[in-house]
Amino acid sequence: MRDMMAITARPDVISLAGGLPDTSTFPREAFAAEMDRITRNSIAEVLQYGPTEGLDLVREQIVGVMAAEGMRIEAMDVTVTTGGQQAIDLITKVLIDPGDILICDAPTYPGAIPTFCSYEADVIQIECDADGMRIDLLEETLAELASRGRKPKFIYSVPTFQNPGGVTLSLERRQRLVEIARENEILVVEDNPYGLLRYEGETLPTLYSLDGGSYVIYLGTFSKILSAGLRIGWIVSPTPIREKVVLGKQAADLCTSTLTQNFAGEYFRKGHWQEYVDDLIAIYRRRRDAMTGAMAEYFPHGATWNRPEGGLFVWATMPEAINTEDLLARALSKGVAFVPGTSAYLDGRGINSMRLNFSGVTEEQIIEGIRRIGEAAGEQMALYETMTGEMPLPPSDEGQG
Amino acid sequence: MKVALLQGGRSLERGVSLRSGARVTEALLDLGHEVEAMDLGPELVSQLGRFAPDTAFIALHGTEGEDGTVQALLELLGIAHTGPRVAACQRCMDKSLAKYIFRENGITTPDWVTYSEASIRDFGAASTFPRAIETVGLPLVAKPASQGSSLGVKVVTTSEEIPAALMTALSYDDRALLETWVSGRELAVSVLGDEVLPVVEAIPTGSNAYDFEARYEIGGAQFVCPADLPEADAAEVKRIALAAYEALGCSGFSRVDLILGDGGPEVLEVNAIPGLTETSLLPQAAEAAGIEFGEMVEKILDLAR
Repeated sequence: MRDMMAITARPDVISLAGGLPDTSTFPREAFAAEMDRITRNSIAEVLQYGPTEGLDLVREQIVGVMAAEGMRIEAMDVTVTTGGQQAIDLITKVLIDPGDILICDAPTYPGAIPTFCSYEADVIQIECDADGMRIDLLEETLAELASRGRKPKFIYSVPTFQNPGGVTLSLERRQRLVEIARENEILVVEDNPYGLLRYEGETLPTLYSLDGGSYVIYLGTFSKILSAGLRIGWIVSPTPIREKVVLGKQAADLCTSTLTQNFAGEYFRKGHWQEYVDDLIAIYRRRRDAMTGAMAEYFPHGATWNRPEGGLFVWATMPEAINTEDLLARALSKGVAFVPGTSAYLDGRGINSMRLNFSGVTEEQIIEGIRRIGEAAGEQMALYETMTGEMPLPPSDEGQG
Repeated sequence: MKVALLQGGRSLERGVSLRSGARVTEALLDLGHEVEAMDLGPELVSQLGRFAPDTAFIALHGTEGEDGTVQALLELLGIAHTGPRVAACQRCMDKSLAKYIFRENGITTPDWVTYSEASIRDFGAASTFPRAIETVGLPLVAKPASQGSSLGVKVVTTSEEIPAALMTALSYDDRALLETWVSGRELAVSVLGDEVLPVVEAIPTGSNAYDFEARYEIGGAQFVCPADLPEADAAEVKRIALAAYEALGCSGFSRVDLILGDGGPEVLEVNAIPGLTETSLLPQAAEAAGIEFGEMVEKILDLAR
């Protein structure tokens, strides 16, 4: 399947498979002016190595970005990473020994799975519903583990506008999750790339702000609010973990690019970044509406999907007879791609689900892409019906819909 | 020589093709040729016109690159190309047609039936599944009529699994085969010009013999070349492979996939343009015959017409 995705790079394929932010509207003049200033004032510095923890300039600005989501931290708590992906990698590297238990959402961020597997974590996935991870199931799992004398090293979750599910953990569950972490002395890794991209509804406190940073490790990124190409993310963690993370990062890449850190630091220091985020929110909200509107029109009877209040993804579930890996093959022949649900599980679940991205393509492309996927699904349903004499069953109630 | 290197394309095997293309380009440059790499797209004909190549090296796999589409275009433009000609490509690409031709030429191939999406959807063909099972037996393999590698292939062990397996196969092509599962050693024989290269054996490393996906993952199978076969068996496998290659009218190079079961070798299919990456089977077989990659590429180029 990985090989099949090579054709999504072709310009004639509408890719709803990526997780790309739309970087086409970034103000060119502002970019050019900043790069020009860097060239004139800091050329020697930006072409040099930097501290492993990250430049103070950037760490200070991260304090401000996190404050915008109601979190209070000190610049010295921050380790700058090369994108959010490195943050996941470093935390897993530092905390997991082969065979250690790690708990995460079901479905979980597909990009985290290879990382968890490469450090040989024993991953347990906890089902999500419309309110995010089911904390009742988490508690059952923890009790069951405790009865065998075991405990997870950490719980990894994207609680806000989850990738891939698009769902958000409710306030009540957030509070309970933080309590569970304290009661059981379990670390929670909160990955929050999309929190600032809210299109409607009320902002919820992050797990980090509810916990105050005792048991919650926070992963942030500029990828979705500024640029994915700059590769700047960060980790906020208690000091003993931070020290290990810095050692791990030294081994991995010494430091994150000083050139892009300088750019990002100055950009945030100027204080206009929220205007750009507001522009993105307006664009993405329209695209989300185009996608869910097109799904209502073109997806087959029995298909279900959510309407996320923010983030970049819609999660859809097809009638049970439809295997979305097969559907992808049919959709690719019609020039459209998505991510099959199985990519978000380690145990083969998600077979009739799919992740659809709405941030990286235009509204017209979204509507056309959804129309083609609907057509492909319709063909499969007709085939199933004629072979079995049955209408495909709608998806079961389990999981999010 | 001016060589247009055709790679990429729109097939599901685009990824492999790009890797084949990159490796071949490197070899062609080392050999001192002038190379321009081209992807399949609206600019293809004008690119070919501008570059005016002596030969087109086709490093495309799957639909449009391996099924005669590109070959027909090149032949119309009067550009010599590597690998089999149009008709042979079409015969190889259609696994059902290829099997009919094998049978007509006395070449053993497992029993099969072919279904089209239209016959199932519009003509009530689903009611004939019991007869299909009678014909080919269980377990059987469901596969799309025209895809490369393991895409859309599923092994069926009970009759209840047929609809799901056909749903999969028909997602990759509008026709699908149900073919007898032959248990045996999996062999591949590449032909390069008039030379039959040493036999390669694929030995699955996973525990589930029916898991095709795993086989094509890194480490999913171990390849042995030359295969550890008694001389007489190897000779018979090569003879049948060459017969299959010739029956389909292949020229230049191709790869024949067979199963060596209790009843002797049976041909599954012929790949008109097999993979040309470093780990692909044709380069491995060539190397076992003492032909290193660059020499193999030069040979393929010489055989272009």
